[in-house]
Amino acid sequence: MQKETPLNAIHRAAGARMVDFGGWDMPVNYGSQIDEHRAVRTDAGMFDVSHMRVVDLEGVGARDFLRYALANNVDKLKDAGKALYSCLLKPDGTVIDDLIVYFLREDFFRLVVNAGTAEKDIAWFRQLAAERAPKLMLTPRTDLAIIAVQGPNARSKVWRALPGSERVSAALKPFTAAGMSTQWGDAFIARTGYTGEDGFEIVISATRAADLWQALVAEGVRPAGLGARDTLRLEAGMNLYGQDMDETVSPLESGLAWTVDLASPRDFVGKAALVARSPLRQLAGLLLIDKGGVLRAHQVVHTGHGDGEITSGTFSPTLNQSIALARLPAGVAPGDAVKVVVRERELAARVVKPPFARNGKVLAGFAP
Amino acid sequence: MNIPADLKYTSSHEWVRTEADGTVSIGITDHAQAALGDLVYLELPAVGRKLAAAEACAVVESVKAASDVYAPVAGEVVAVNVAATEAPEQVNKDPYTTWFFRMKPADPAGVARLLDARAYEATIGDT
Repeated sequence: MQKETPLNAIHRAAGARMVDFGGWDMPVNYGSQIDEHRAVRTDAGMFDVSHMRVVDLEGVGARDFLRYALANNVDKLKDAGKALYSCLLKPDGTVIDDLIVYFLREDFFRLVVNAGTAEKDIAWFRQLAAERAPKLMLTPRTDLAIIAVQGPNARSKVWRALPGSERVSAALKPFTAAGMSTQWGDAFIARTGYTGEDGFEIVISATRAADLWQALVAEGVRPAGLGARDTLRLEAGMNLYGQDMDETVSPLESGLAWTVDLASPRDFVGKAALVARSPLRQLAGLLLIDKGGVLRAHQVVHTGHGDGEITSGTFSPTLNQSIALARLPAGVAPGDAVKVVVRERELAARVVKPPFARNGKVLAGFAP
Repeated sequence: MNIPADLKYTSSHEWVRTEADGTVSIGITDHAQAALGDLVYLELPAVGRKLAAAEACAVVESVKAASDVYAPVAGEVVAVNVAATEAPEQVNKDPYTTWFFRMKPADPAGVARLLDARAYEATIGDT
């Protein structure tokens, strides 16, 4: 049976083209995904991401538990509301999921995990907690919805749509969150996102999500679907779990070494495996130079150091050319010329260091 | 869904218009462009190429997927719309005026046997 978010009827009423996304009935676009993409880069767009799962972790020892369970170090979170992006690893160093963790109180941390992996993640956390912190309470918050409002004008439009929110959230630095009471119940406002633009991700009761969505529409925020979400995150150089990394690869082979704290003496699940071996592969960015199609997952890449494979590819509306992330041999460097096999032809591409575009600007553009 | 009555169609979502000189112009339908989404790349056959009916002869690529375009009838390619390859988004905006290629049909009776608007509408079970 297909799952629906609380905003499903609104998407359908708006004429969204719906698609099955990991068992969820979700909007892929409301018309032109390129227009939706541009709205986020130049103004404000919003995504219903209520299929993702908020998981609240409460009790004495919550910080200690997460210090062990997560590859990134929650000791970086000293001020209430501060957030951290981290991988969740298996003992062999491969990736179970990527997630964001918010520090709210010493005995209260909030996690946001991916939709398709939520059950797996929760089972893994419960198993770890049973061994290490049996008194911890783990609560999947299926009663909550999440709306991600993104773009240079996103925050100011949120403040107009949600009375009282400016006072609470205007001073929030990136990767920080605050809670508040609103006319529609409690709201949790986080200055985070998956687009490379500024904005807020707002967590609100599922029963009131439609009210907030409509208020944002009234302030000129443009509904955007999963199609635009994918082109935006790829331009921003952000990984997608299940494509760019999964349980067959380590974060070090997935461009996520920056999210793994190996420097401190802290032990965590997967640390020994990561320390034991240098990675033989890396995740790199590609820009398509030749005309001939669009870079896509699974296309073979021929490099001077051996073959690799694209993990995520698309057409970038901001760069007006095709871009990709690819798992390539470790010796390949930015600037290298490579060839990608597209429909049996070899097309020239160039290796670049992501991101490709953020904050409305091209960072890694085409140069002949 | 827009399905002009004066065109012929295939079940693979091409439209066919017979021109005054007996050649046929071919493009993709409104249903097809909506299903594909924003188009970003078009590859057309070479002028002079001889095609069999239902032969894959062109490629349309949207942000999310690539799709083949098929010759509706047997014949020879006599013209291609190079302007369309430079502005693939025109296909989304104007699917019935943005033709892809023109063919001289090997057998005009083949064109007459294509689906009319009503029959095409039935195949897509209109949303």
